[in-house]
Amino acid sequence: MRKITYGQAICEAIDEEMARDKNIIFLGEDIEVLGGNFRATPGLYEKYGGWRVRNTPISENSFTGLGLGAALTGLRPIVEIMFCDFMTLAGDQIVNQIAKIRYMSGGQARVPLTIRTTLGAGRSTAAQHSQSLQAIVCHIPGLKVVMPSSAAEAKGLLKTAIRDDNPVIFFEHKMEYNKIYEVPEEEYVIPFGVANILKEGKDITIVGTSNQALKALQAAEELTKEGIDAEIIDPRTLVPLDKNTIIKSVKRTGRLLIVDEGYERCGVAAEIAMSVLKDVFYYLNAPIERLTTANVPIPFSPALEFPIIPDEKKIYQRVKKMVIG
Amino acid sequence: MENKFKPIKNYSLSKEKILKMYQDMLKIRYFENKITDLYSKGLMPGLAHLYIGEEAIAVGVCNNLTERDFAVSTHRGHGHLIAQGCDLKRMMAEVLGKEDGYCKGKGGTMHIADFSKGILGANGIVGAGIPIATGSGYSAKVRGTDQVTVAFFGDAASNQGTFHESINMAAAWKLPVVYVCENNLYGISVDIRKVTNTKNIATRALAYDIPGIVVDGNDVLEVYRATKEAVKRARKGEGPTLIECKTYRWKGHHVGDPGRVYRLEKETKEWMARCPIKTYKERLLTENVTTDKELVIIEEDIKQIVEEAANFAIKSPYPKEEEAFEDLFTEQEGVK
Repeated sequence: MRKITYGQAICEAIDEEMARDKNIIFLGEDIEVLGGNFRATPGLYEKYGGWRVRNTPISENSFTGLGLGAALTGLRPIVEIMFCDFMTLAGDQIVNQIAKIRYMSGGQARVPLTIRTTLGAGRSTAAQHSQSLQAIVCHIPGLKVVMPSSAAEAKGLLKTAIRDDNPVIFFEHKMEYNKIYEVPEEEYVIPFGVANILKEGKDITIVGTSNQALKALQAAEELTKEGIDAEIIDPRTLVPLDKNTIIKSVKRTGRLLIVDEGYERCGVAAEIAMSVLKDVFYYLNAPIERLTTANVPIPFSPALEFPIIPDEKKIYQRVKKMVIG
Repeated sequence: MENKFKPIKNYSLSKEKILKMYQDMLKIRYFENKITDLYSKGLMPGLAHLYIGEEAIAVGVCNNLTERDFAVSTHRGHGHLIAQGCDLKRMMAEVLGKEDGYCKGKGGTMHIADFSKGILGANGIVGAGIPIATGSGYSAKVRGTDQVTVAFFGDAASNQGTFHESINMAAAWKLPVVYVCENNLYGISVDIRKVTNTKNIATRALAYDIPGIVVDGNDVLEVYRATKEAVKRARKGEGPTLIECKTYRWKGHHVGDPGRVYRLEKETKEWMARCPIKTYKERLLTENVTTDKELVIIEEDIKQIVEEAANFAIKSPYPKEEEAFEDLFTEQEGVK
């Protein structure tokens, strides 16, 4: 299969959809000649022009709201928020407007809006450019939340997001953009609400969000040397969440570890655990555990940053402890 | 504060249009008074922000719009919807939280929307509709239509970031949006004059290099004229306009708030003497546009329409409990 970067996969998804539907517009900071802060989407401005690919001023709340207004009146906007840390600036539009207008209007409004943003630590960009704030949007009814793992996943899920008539928050992991992956050349989309079993196993189920699913896969390879056979599940979308796939898996393995780069407290890992607990309780051989970012702001120095975020080594160690003791 | 009205004939309007504006203002007044009545009888859940005293703005503005145009309303939004021709029965049913309401009882007074009339929602967050209206303007530009969008907001919203951020973008890209600031002097209890240095909010248009116009918000014809100009500019692709309408909220912040603690009775009385409906009626009669008899017929007619709306709303059933779980997401995916 041909190999391209995660960034190229994202760009292809947008390009293919924009070519297919002239009502798709793309708004955000630095997306014109720069092709985005992570240079993921070069060439779109040149191809589609300034009305369909628009640099916005640094006014997150209002350009996100502008996306909503455009979505309500016939367009299908993609709004890029450079870092999910900046999503907080658009808090009102995301939480009170975009998520609620369809419901508040008794189903009159249709909001075909995709918000692309980035999450993740690992670049020494400190506390305001490294967070993983997916739990915040998962908490709000009315938003779909997508966390793709690999490039192929990102492409297929982004195309689905753009075609969805509901608001979707799409989290890209900033450490992935330049990584090379196999991505099918032919057209495909990946439906929401269908988890992906990356590896089957019988001793433990590891649910990893975003690229933690890939890290879990790496850890699983090492774990086989210890005789531990882990099953890896990428939930793909947190809203809607494919609980059944996780439940079925845990019923077979008897153990569940959830890995998510968000903060631990009130996080996605806690939510997934609680969502499946009732169904898997009598099948468990060990308590459900979670591996997340610690409850502190992300520190600058690599000496401090890496120890507080989950990675393949920490997954390996935790799983070993959970299975062997 | 003296009324210095220009002769009605100066506006070159048909008699039909002149009387329609009278009718629209009265409709709002009677609708809002009926809400007070229903509230005092305990028939209305929650509360409502009344538009009494500000009728000339919605009516003067919306009489320039077609059903293809768009408007974004506010928490004090009943007037905007009525002026845009929305159905009083479905509005009142929504205010009472009933099944037949525009939003099936899910939105209530602060969120009545009628997308078929271009009303893209009414907002409970001060200033939050301004970016939405701006996006609607951007959309018209991309889709290549001549549709205009009006953003209604109050004086207090002009101190939100969204006001500045949105007008900045609309000005930079010459978007077909008319920003209508209804300056009723108070944000709940806070006097705008005590938290803002500029005498006129319209002055802020200078910062974005767009026209900023101050009009008497209690003179429906002046509001109409200023909006007409702004709509014309917008349709021609010349960009946005900021119109500040000076007005006054007769009632408190919402039904049940007497609105007396934070403002002087003298001020309220002065503004009430400048009632947009009463003064307009006087002009219609003094300038022989119409007869008292004709106006009485209009008024009786409206009384009846509002009464019917209230009866309809009272009789309408409450939504079923399970409906709380409907309308969150649209069922059909958007794959074309």
